[in-house]
Amino acid sequence: MTKQGRITFINGPVVKAENMTGYIMRELVYVGEIKLVGEIIELDRDQATIQVYEETSGMKPGEPVFSTGHPLSVQLGPGIIGNIFDGIQRPLPFLEKKSGSFIKRGVKVNSLNPEKEWELKIKVEKGDYLKSGQLIAEIDETSVIVHKIMVPPDKEGEVIELVPDGRYSIEHIIAKIKDKEDNIYEIKLYQEWPIRKARPYEDRLELSEPLLTGQRVLDTFFPIAKGGTAAIPGGFGAGKTMTQHQLAKWSDADLIIYIGCGERGNEMTDVLEEFPELTDPETGKSMMERTVLIANTSNMPVSAREASIYTGITLGEYYRDMGYNIAIMADSTSRWAEALREISGRLEEMPAEEGFPAYLPTRLAEFYERAGYVKTLAGESEGSITLIGAVSPPGADFSEPVTQNTKRFVRCFWALDKSLAASRHFPAINWLDSYSEYLNELEPWFKKNVNQEWLDLRNSAMSLLKEESRLQDIVKLVGEDVLPDNQRLILEIARLIKIGFLQQSAFDNIDKYSDINKQYWILKVILHLYDQAQPLVKKNVPISQLKNNKLFNKLLRLKNTVPNEEIDKIKDFKNEISDFYQHLADNY
Amino acid sequence: MLKKEYTGLANINGPLIVVENIDDVAYDEMVQITTPNGEVKKGRVLQVSSNKAVVQVFEGSTGLNINETRVKFLKESMKVALSKDILGRVFNGVGEATDGGGQIYSENKFDINSNPINPYSRKYPRNYIQSGVSAIDGLMTLIRGQKLPIFSGNGLPHNQLAAQITRQAKLGKEDKKFAVVFVAMGIKHDEARYFINSFEESGVLQNVVMYVNLADDPSVERIIAPRVALTAAEYLAFEENMHILVVMTDMTSYSEALRELSSRRGEVPGRKGYPGYLYSDLASLYERAGMLKGREGSITQIPILTMPNDDITHPIPDLTGYITEGQIVLERDLFQRDVYPPINILPSLSRLMKDGIGSEYTREDHPDISSQLYASYSHVKEVKSLASVIGEDELSELDQKFLEFGSKFEKLFLDQDKDTNRDIEETLDLAWDLISDLPEHELDRVSEEMLDKYYRRKDEDGET
Ligand SMILES: Nc1ncnc2c1ncn2[C@@H]1O[C@H](COP(=O)(O)OP(=O)(O)OP(=O)(O)O)[C@@H](O)[C@H]1O
Ligand SMILES: [Mg+2]
Repeated sequence: MTKQGRITFINGPVVKAENMTGYIMRELVYVGEIKLVGEIIELDRDQATIQVYEETSGMKPGEPVFSTGHPLSVQLGPGIIGNIFDGIQRPLPFLEKKSGSFIKRGVKVNSLNPEKEWELKIKVEKGDYLKSGQLIAEIDETSVIVHKIMVPPDKEGEVIELVPDGRYSIEHIIAKIKDKEDNIYEIKLYQEWPIRKARPYEDRLELSEPLLTGQRVLDTFFPIAKGGTAAIPGGFGAGKTMTQHQLAKWSDADLIIYIGCGERGNEMTDVLEEFPELTDPETGKSMMERTVLIANTSNMPVSAREASIYTGITLGEYYRDMGYNIAIMADSTSRWAEALREISGRLEEMPAEEGFPAYLPTRLAEFYERAGYVKTLAGESEGSITLIGAVSPPGADFSEPVTQNTKRFVRCFWALDKSLAASRHFPAINWLDSYSEYLNELEPWFKKNVNQEWLDLRNSAMSLLKEESRLQDIVKLVGEDVLPDNQRLILEIARLIKIGFLQQSAFDNIDKYSDINKQYWILKVILHLYDQAQPLVKKNVPISQLKNNKLFNKLLRLKNTVPNEEIDKIKDFKNEISDFYQHLADNY
Repeated sequence: MLKKEYTGLANINGPLIVVENIDDVAYDEMVQITTPNGEVKKGRVLQVSSNKAVVQVFEGSTGLNINETRVKFLKESMKVALSKDILGRVFNGVGEATDGGGQIYSENKFDINSNPINPYSRKYPRNYIQSGVSAIDGLMTLIRGQKLPIFSGNGLPHNQLAAQITRQAKLGKEDKKFAVVFVAMGIKHDEARYFINSFEESGVLQNVVMYVNLADDPSVERIIAPRVALTAAEYLAFEENMHILVVMTDMTSYSEALRELSSRRGEVPGRKGYPGYLYSDLASLYERAGMLKGREGSITQIPILTMPNDDITHPIPDLTGYITEGQIVLERDLFQRDVYPPINILPSLSRLMKDGIGSEYTREDHPDISSQLYASYSHVKEVKSLASVIGEDELSELDQKFLEFGSKFEKLFLDQDKDTNRDIEETLDLAWDLISDLPEHELDRVSEEMLDKYYRRKDEDGET
């Protein structure tokens, strides 16, 4: 007989029930006659508090609560990539089929298509002893991702039955394994995993490789490592979503998981309409072949918003376990934190800072700890999860609890600045407030793969920008004309860096993606110009002569006139600069 | 089904009442409340437990008492009857006709809390709407299906601007598929009158549906009004395939009503006393804008809000900005200098314009020139603040040019009459006229191709 509880109280997504003895904490339950999806979040004697993932309107005290016996889990198998799910992994295209353009309640759909058949290639033999996480078979899930069917993390054993290569649906038993205690496990094309529990790996490795994003201000000034963590805080309209979209499009991860957590519906539609048309610069394949979307928009139930973050990261960990580099974008973690706050409020828990529950920092830490570069469970390969979370501080004030606590757990901080956005300096990443703690770890990689002097170049540019900011404070009081020429030159060079390098248009076909060599060369040329012009200042050549409009204009347009493949043009331009200043020097 | 009536309340607190010893009551169901002297009110269940329900009374609890009030639970959530007959009619905040034209009878009843749109079912909005207002069309283009609020302040001409947009939105008389849903929340009588007159003058009144909750109407109804209005908008857009412009004013009064209710319920207050779920609540309204795959119609929203103390970081504009697809920000300083519409372009933004402008939609130079206007005008602001310190005469020649550009931009581009209707060509040409006063090498947002084509190069004597 299945257990059955009885509803005693309903307040929005929070429902209480009695007769719940035997239910387990975090258990997935079906609530009410129409069986809405819910999760037990508190147990007290025979009373349970349930967070319901769908609208509870129309539900009555006295209605039943059904047990499932297992925690809220996701289905991990082929068919995830290219799909769009809600916060509890219900595929939105199927929801549309079942309930139309508006999402009705109580609709039951499978997370993965049970009918679709996949071409399976077996990679083991009968008699092999397989460890947890070890590869059994492969499927070409998309043209760029080979899906690996692995032994689930908590199982191992000798292969005692095995199907031949062929076409199978996900429910098909493709193998049976027997462990040392003679337990026999069936292997299907999917496994299930509770979303709130991190999937295990063998070992955490050092971070040493950058996640290249094609965005100059990030890659060159504040690079993030594969397996690293970053936060993008910023007020509304500062550019969090645009930045995340840029990263989803251009970063060199194998797979992108984009979580729209409590944000706009149209932003998901934008991705859905645009990504299939875009091609990956590396593979030449459609971007959708390496993208998974989780959409729990602001008007969808708030508790599923809370779950969406975990759903996304669990999907990511599964692909990491296959040996891929995953980048996860969460837009916005503040909406997730607010979902926590809302549910906590309805539970009448004691609030801490600004009404957020006292466990907010713990939850944030647990979330960001799921990032990392690891050796996979069976030791067969390496994979990583890079986590990039947008933060939406009320009033763009970074001193609020979500920004502050996030800052404790991430190592890249890409601070978006309202005033830069207002003057349409995009990406509006403030170069003075942002930081990356990965510079030292990544230096060897950049030295080896870009240039020996990469870090020096970056640091020189950074100190010029800092100097400029100091000088601007003076200019604001007395005007530019009062400054000596060597300082005015710094202002001009900083302007070149800001406009010619830091500003990058997401809408320009050439500019939207700058490979790392192009980044290096543009910056190199700007600083070369500085080196050439500096001695002339000492010779009293006036700034108006040093600042040649034609030369400067050409430099400012390198970013959107020279494609990545043609950086020789930038190198040539460097000579043009030398010639120009040589000529100037000769005439003085 | 038999609907049992209960007599007597356990508690009355503002618009909230508590009914005890109940049975078979559902969360969110509608309630009919009869006062001791026979007046009938409507309400809704906000919270229910085995023997007790908390009910929100729409018309307020005036006239109720503890022992004689009768309560009947209606076994359904709040629905409105809708048909095309709503066009040209006036209703109160809970959807009852107030214009003497009789109630709407229809088989089609819709839940006012519609289900969320499946993001997969949306169609990305791309068609721009020409408002005839240069600042908007040129710099923060409105797109059909967008939610673009006006952030205003007390006494600023947000109503005039909203009315002008509605009038000029080029969807007027000839287009039968166009209608306006107007919802007033806590606004003054003369403001409501202003809108009615303006709809009348432009001859669209037969295509306007109004839901009016005025400042002296019960504040709890303000929470219902936009939901009823948006349900009507959804009906017209997605059942009747019409293009609907929803004007919602004033979102500040709406949010205040929500705060009042929340504090009565004893909820933990968030910033400035507003409930922690204000974001989700506002989103449940604003996200009802948009377009759907495979359907003709669209819902475009222009919510209006007055920022308390002109403070854009106040929770209402702040949370709105986090949900809507941009904002049009009005500024007191421009208003005082007689610029109409007094739009401060720098904090203003239309997020959807990127996909709705350019050669396919407006003109090829639109993206570049708008970006350049923003950048140059933002430099004007810096120059202005420097000028206020060192004096205009001390400015460099270049900065003086910027200053001059800035004042021309405000006088000739931003400023226009309340009935001036500029088409997009005119707006863009005007932009080039103005920007051409700045030296070419200062225009780093414009591609060389566009400069060659549109920049008015001057010869030695300054002639173009
Ligand atoms: N890199 C960029 N290039 C060009 N335009 C940009 C860029 N980044 C941001 N923008 C502009 O800023 C607007 C707002 O950006 P975005 O939607 O990313 O803001 P957001 O920080 O996510 O805001 P919210 O918190 O409200 O979601 C965009 O619509 C676009 O016009
Ligand atoms: Mg965003």
